[in-house]
Amino acid sequence: MADIMVKIKNLTKGFDSNLVLDDISLKVNVGENLVVFGRSGTGKSVLLKCIIGLMIPDAGEIYIEDKNVLQMEINKLNNVRKQIGFLFQSGALYDSMTVRENLAFPLIRNFNFTVKEVEEKVIYALEMVSLKDAIDKMPSELSGGMRKRAALARSIITEPKLMLYDEPTTGLDPLTTKEISELILDLQKKLNMTSIAVTHDLICANIIADRAIFLKDSKIKYEGTIQELTSSKDTFLRNFFSTESIIS
Amino acid sequence: MSPEKRTLKKSITFKKLNEFFSTIGGLASFSGYFFKSLFVLPFDIHEIKKHMDELGVKTLPIVSITGLIIGLVMTMQSQPIMVRFGAEAFLPGMVAISVIRELGPVITALIFAGRVSSGIGAELGSMRVTEQIDAMEVSAINPFKFLVVTRVIACTMILPLLTIYVDFIAVIGGYFALIITQSMNFQYYVDSVLTSIQFGDVIPGVLKTFVFGYIVGIVGAYKGYTATNGTEGVGRASTTSVVVSSLLILLFDTVLVKITLWLWPT
Repeated sequence: MADIMVKIKNLTKGFDSNLVLDDISLKVNVGENLVVFGRSGTGKSVLLKCIIGLMIPDAGEIYIEDKNVLQMEINKLNNVRKQIGFLFQSGALYDSMTVRENLAFPLIRNFNFTVKEVEEKVIYALEMVSLKDAIDKMPSELSGGMRKRAALARSIITEPKLMLYDEPTTGLDPLTTKEISELILDLQKKLNMTSIAVTHDLICANIIADRAIFLKDSKIKYEGTIQELTSSKDTFLRNFFSTESIIS
Repeated sequence: MSPEKRTLKKSITFKKLNEFFSTIGGLASFSGYFFKSLFVLPFDIHEIKKHMDELGVKTLPIVSITGLIIGLVMTMQSQPIMVRFGAEAFLPGMVAISVIRELGPVITALIFAGRVSSGIGAELGSMRVTEQIDAMEVSAINPFKFLVVTRVIACTMILPLLTIYVDFIAVIGGYFALIITQSMNFQYYVDSVLTSIQFGDVIPGVLKTFVFGYIVGIVGAYKGYTATNGTEGVGRASTTSVVVSSLLILLFDTVLVKITLWLWPT
């Protein structure tokens, strides 16, 4: 098995005349939790969407477990996607389905589990996020925190090797942010996952990050542990993290 | 008109033309992808049945009222004219043929477009802007197959059934209009209708509704699936779905009338 889960080489992506990611190169080791910081509009979510194949970069290469995902046909890409979980900023729960159906949906469509096995997996995933009581609720009946939990349960139900989190704690109060972040860390340990989390949230980053990078001017400007970044003497970083900590 | 105003008007016209041709081009390529995806497994029969059920039930009340009114109004409008020409005996047959050949299919399709195309546009548009379609894609599920193909097939299959139903209701409506003004035996009315209608009247009317159903489904799905700009985009997808599908129904009707008259001459 490869030691590197994700390898990105010279990734470039722009929209019209606006260059969002410029020649980004990055490696994420197996089992590592990488946090991606950056101001709004600096291409953090674009980076995640390029990794999962929702956006096609203008240039560069993306390898997941040594497989170049950009050169794959859709069927092969889907096989890789089955090994990846993605938590959207909004949760992106299917609003016409109950929580149970939301969780069962990828299992029924992609795997040959029996009805009983699907039910067991749904209940197990919901128990892991402490949301078993909401199994038959519609997404519209859930609070913000519960939606995040349900979405998290849906993204881990296939036991992915790699998890991508797009602003996992945005819009949540500090206590719920802490709970969700601890839950993310706990799940990663239990399921032995590698993760890349895009966030502004210092509480979340402090809890989950092994390493962090900071995107600025379309490039990776800073890299290190959270402690190294937050204690940096760089004026921009000091301003960013002092403002973030006040908000948090 | 000042030169500035003229330039502005020209640029707006150009923008609208550009939008129109982009929509037509986008629709053509979306349709191509639909036919390509049609034969890809899984077939999602359960999902198609669910949509047919929903679309049929949703549209049934409004098309029932519309059908009844078409029959009533057609008969009430035509009766004095037929009396003037001494052709009153042909009234049931004339109303039935008008409804079955043209009015039933087109009006049902337009009502269906207003009710269903906007609904599909809004539903898929909302799923697009809330990243639910992206969520399917990252879960290795083909959202086009699951969301678009099933809905378009359901629309294509359900509209002919609704049209047959509307034709029936309209013919009954015609009878109600007649008994308001004169006493007519129901058996005589039914006999007059049945002897007037030929195979070549019923089949073309029903066949073209498969095309209309497809138009309603594909336009709604296209507008919703490609929606952008948040809730504003969802609203636009819903509105433009109705406008574009209604326009296409009328345009295609002109072509289909010519084709069906050639295939089944009266």
